[in-house]
Amino acid sequence: MAFKIIVSQCTQCGACEFECPSDAISFKGEGYVVDSKKCTECKGEFDTQQCASVCPMPKTCVPA
Amino acid sequence: MSEPEIKVGTTSRAPSHRAPMAPAMPGGRASSSYGLSVTDDIDARIWERIKDHPCFSEQAHHYFARMHVAVAPACNIQCNYCNRKYDCTNESRPGVASVKLTPDQALRKVLAVASKVPELSVIGIAGPGDACYDWRKTIATFEGISREIPDIKLCISTNGLALPDHVDELADMNVDHVTITINMVDPEVGAKIYPWILHGHRRYTGIEAARILHKRQMLGLEMLTKRGILTKINSVMIPGVNDTHLVEVNRWIRDRGAFMHNVVPLISKPSHGTYYGLTGQRCPEPFELKALQDCLDGDVKLMRHCQQCRADAVGLLGNDREREFALDQISTKVEFDTSKREAYRRLVQHERRDQLAAKLDANKAVKSLGSWGALAVAVATKGGGRINEHFGQAREFQVYAVSPKGINLVGHRKVEQYCLGGLGEKATLDHTIVALDGIDILLSSKIGDCPKKRLAETGVRASDAFSYDYIETAIGALYAAEFGGKPAMPTALGPSN
Repeated sequence: MAFKIIVSQCTQCGACEFECPSDAISFKGEGYVVDSKKCTECKGEFDTQQCASVCPMPKTCVPA
Repeated sequence: MSEPEIKVGTTSRAPSHRAPMAPAMPGGRASSSYGLSVTDDIDARIWERIKDHPCFSEQAHHYFARMHVAVAPACNIQCNYCNRKYDCTNESRPGVASVKLTPDQALRKVLAVASKVPELSVIGIAGPGDACYDWRKTIATFEGISREIPDIKLCISTNGLALPDHVDELADMNVDHVTITINMVDPEVGAKIYPWILHGHRRYTGIEAARILHKRQMLGLEMLTKRGILTKINSVMIPGVNDTHLVEVNRWIRDRGAFMHNVVPLISKPSHGTYYGLTGQRCPEPFELKALQDCLDGDVKLMRHCQQCRADAVGLLGNDREREFALDQISTKVEFDTSKREAYRRLVQHERRDQLAAKLDANKAVKSLGSWGALAVAVATKGGGRINEHFGQAREFQVYAVSPKGINLVGHRKVEQYCLGGLGEKATLDHTIVALDGIDILLSSKIGDCPKKRLAETGVRASDAFSYDYIETAIGALYAAEFGGKPAMPTALGPSN
């Protein structure tokens, strides 16, 4: 149960890293990546996945 | 790379019989001499606060430079005119930055630039993203900079959504200038500009999103005004969407104490990949922008010298030196030298007194003629308030209107450089002629006979007779020659033969 980021579409704005309540997103090498071990899909914390909610690009933060 | 192009104190032809300057005493009322332009009458304390800020004072932009550090890329709003994904280094538009910086990198870059560009007076965080939303990076950057260079001014540009959360901290950090982009006060209009916002960990769309944004923007503006922080409101003019509505926006922000209103034309090309770019939303024509600005010219000062710079611009407005200061060219250990900055400030103080007096004299003379005539004058200048740029080297012309109301900057026209490698390109000249539509007189430090003749054929009289003079002095003399009954400088605009 985790999300992933489609690197080719990512604008690298960093909003997802900023909003992620689980500290699962970080900038590595060329772009942002989701640590699948930490990602909870925001269950129990928010109604929607925060990374997908804030991402300016449609369908870029998606279920892995 | 080249040295800073601004040169002050090269010549001084202002008459020697000037009245002594009124000192800018705190609390006192400066005469119009300390205003943004001679027609303004603003408080001396306000002038003290804006005189070194190129975006808040038209006069300051001749002398002082700003630098934007792109440290806060995260954004809580999607705007239809913005796409942060694409960056071409030749593009100069808000939202575009080549590299994002960490607060530490930003501090190193600021110190390197401050050592080399003595004109630097303002550090701003202006995108891509929102400085108030990506707040931790904003505050870390500002703390580092104000510790190293205490005399530098800090400012931010924000969409206003997260602004109310941070007004107190901004005030504590001595951030004296804040720009809020406000494009609507009617959520129906807002829904056409903003597809969604993120607020309180929730995404909102449509009218609901616009309504929240509107409330937060007004609250933020009111909070800033209450704390005495100067606010500039940027409004993007989008034809058919909010162009007529901006009159209403102007009224709202005026009622809430905004200091300045800056209407910027939409920049939108399909290649920018924005929603508006892809849907073919057109940009306003220069005459439409000017017509709107003219009808807004009321209590809130209108900014007319905006260059719509990059989110990582460095240098004087209109002369971006961002590429000289790429991060990989800056050594890890930066020696910061303040002596140049101090010397430059003394020089500017002296030159400014001189220029201001020349400007006042010229305006007084124009008003005393009692004529009803009006002229549109385009000027090629590198800064310092002087006619000091070659026609063929100019990338833009400043446009002044002179009438019984005085001499005022009303805008600028961008052109391609005509002289490249010493040869004037005919096609480029054609473009320049189109750009100079409606101009009566063009002044530059030098102009060749051929372009001069071509311009004359289209009704633009070009002259280099006022080379290196103060702009207002030259325009005043021209006006007197045209409408004063007696030619003040008969040689200045004689037939080119």
